[in-house]
Amino acid sequence: MFKATINVTLKKSVLDPQGKTVLHALETMGFSEAKDLRVGKYFELTIDAADNKSAQEKVKIMCDRLLINPVIEDYTFNLTETK
Amino acid sequence: MIKAAVVVFPGSNCDTDCLHVLKDVLKVQAQFVWHKEGSLPEVDLVVLPGGFSYGDYLRTGAIARFSPVMEAVRQHAAKGRLVFGICNGFQVLLEAGLLPGAMLRNQSLNFVCKQVWLKTDTVDTPFTRNLKKDEILSIPVAHGEGNYYCDDETLKALQDGGQIAFRYSSATGEFGDEFNPNGSRDHIAGIMNEKKNILGMMPHPERASEGILEGTDGLKIWNSLLGTVKN
Repeated sequence: MFKATINVTLKKSVLDPQGKTVLHALETMGFSEAKDLRVGKYFELTIDAADNKSAQEKVKIMCDRLLINPVIEDYTFNLTETK
Repeated sequence: MIKAAVVVFPGSNCDTDCLHVLKDVLKVQAQFVWHKEGSLPEVDLVVLPGGFSYGDYLRTGAIARFSPVMEAVRQHAAKGRLVFGICNGFQVLLEAGLLPGAMLRNQSLNFVCKQVWLKTDTVDTPFTRNLKKDEILSIPVAHGEGNYYCDDETLKALQDGGQIAFRYSSATGEFGDEFNPNGSRDHIAGIMNEKKNILGMMPHPERASEGILEGTDGLKIWNSLLGTVKN
């Protein structure tokens, strides 16, 4: 078994009004150090695969077909073997 | 007699409104089709109604696009027949790749529910044939994710190909952020595919199709597409 942790972010070209609003809230709270903020998504997926390579391939297909929308989102993922 | 199907996804909530307008106002032979159906009855028009299919989980329309009926909708469209996606129906069409682009959360982050003005962009299409260029329609919107996004190249293709059906404007046709309820790129409210037999729009013409409601401008769109089927 493998565990995939998938991070999804909005593409750089896409405005993120939610991130902007959260950043503004931080500024209002006095965190003047906060300079930029973008809100993304995170998935934890347990996957049954023979080996790391096939797990990688499967995760990629799942991301491309359903988990992310390539028009607006980018993603990266990490894979670890679990018992 | 013109025949229409209204697809019902789990979480659709404008399906009955659409069926009512088609059957009772426009006197079209219309029926519901449950999303699990792998085929459609012989119809001229398929409506994908508004609502919150699958609770808007993951992304709006992202799960509904994999419903079995969507393959039949794809085939229906491939034959050149009409597909009309309203609000969540538009979102499903985008996720399905039947229309280009994607939806983002409204720029204000608020759910927006109000009457808006639409300026007709491209006429002489199956959905806008009864309208004049730049004609202004008053139709309500009700959505949290109607902020249409596409890249520069896609936008240019939409503009050059006459694929933009409606844009948000003022009552007198000016464009401006104050008239754009969600931050949509180029004030886009509704677009068509290249062949112009698929229209997706965020505003709800089925909520503006009877005198007892706020205006009947929605009928101009419905009557355009019925006129297309008749000819």
